[in-house]
Amino acid sequence: MTEISVIAVLEDPVRRRLYDFVSARGDEVSRNEAAQAAGIGRTLAAFHLDRLAAAGLVEVTFARPAGRSGPGAGRPAKLYRRTAVEHQVSVPPRDYRTAAELLAEVVDLTGAEPELQRSARSRGAASGRAARSQAPELPGDDLVTGALTAQGYQPYRDGADVRLRNCPFHVLASNHPPLICGMNLALLEGLLEGASAPGLSARLDPRPGECCVVLTPSKNNEY
Amino acid sequence: MTGYHLAELNIGTARAATDSPEMAGFMAGIVPVNALADAAPGFVWRLQDGDGPGATALRPCGPDIMVNMSVWENLESLRDFVYRSGPHLDFMRRRRAWFHPMAVPYLVLWWVPAGHIPGLDEALSRLDLLRREGPGPRAFTFRDPYPPPVPAEAADATL
Repeated sequence: MTEISVIAVLEDPVRRRLYDFVSARGDEVSRNEAAQAAGIGRTLAAFHLDRLAAAGLVEVTFARPAGRSGPGAGRPAKLYRRTAVEHQVSVPPRDYRTAAELLAEVVDLTGAEPELQRSARSRGAASGRAARSQAPELPGDDLVTGALTAQGYQPYRDGADVRLRNCPFHVLASNHPPLICGMNLALLEGLLEGASAPGLSARLDPRPGECCVVLTPSKNNEY
Repeated sequence: MTGYHLAELNIGTARAATDSPEMAGFMAGIVPVNALADAAPGFVWRLQDGDGPGATALRPCGPDIMVNMSVWENLESLRDFVYRSGPHLDFMRRRRAWFHPMAVPYLVLWWVPAGHIPGLDEALSRLDLLRREGPGPRAFTFRDPYPPPVPAEAADATL
């Protein structure tokens, strides 16, 4: 399948909803759960989930019902989960990844991380201010998770913390972790500042397959 | 399981003396970060000296150049500690405040027979090899890793 035909699989709005639901979840999703989330029947959900799996947009695993094994345990249930594979299409062809790789290499070589972090912080602050001006009354936490969702981070609650399922800079971050994770932290610190969300603060706490930054409740309300 | 462990050396040119205010953040962080390394899965050994925290008092490459050397069970355990533990990643994020950028490779990885503790001479010659010839099976980097030697060679190497 070419990249563009993989993306085309998402054109169907129902399939898109299912994809968004599965990819924003950290664990496996059953057909029933997905059907419920998308507001459709189980058979239709199964059809679309299998189309997503065939395109490689989600992965399939099988699980026996809990506590049952051996013959007579019933057919294992089909489960779906997000995949680590990423797809990128741009028309006409563009190659920002190579440019980003080269720039990252040069920042590494010249030691320009402090400048990168400064620029990232002010860009984050600008996007935080923009989000704040659109919703002046919204509580900080809601405003921040909304802005993060719009930027593709897939935030979710983990106790009092906000964690981010998706790293928007994944390939770059795996090749230049201190550089890109430091940039990302500065972007998010800036965003919190710009959004006037003093209830949260950002710090590095990487987890496998997720964004390296976690937002934790601030110990005090100073900024 | 292979009969090989992964050795790591990295060096850095400090911006100031270890007892200066500029280096205070680094010197304060080195003890907890080293403790984290010691407790990390796959950690085998790290270079230490008697005169300062970690290996901060050793200067085999020149008066301003600090060295850090360790041995791990495999590449993944080292990678997990270096890039996937919050305190160490955060330490690296702040490294420009303490160390000058280097235009040549400053980190080298190589395989050692399990149980072998590499000396600084061995480590520095691997870094030299990486600088001269680029990544290869005897001296490589996180971005261009090489697998441990195959068992046949392992038998030869221990003879």
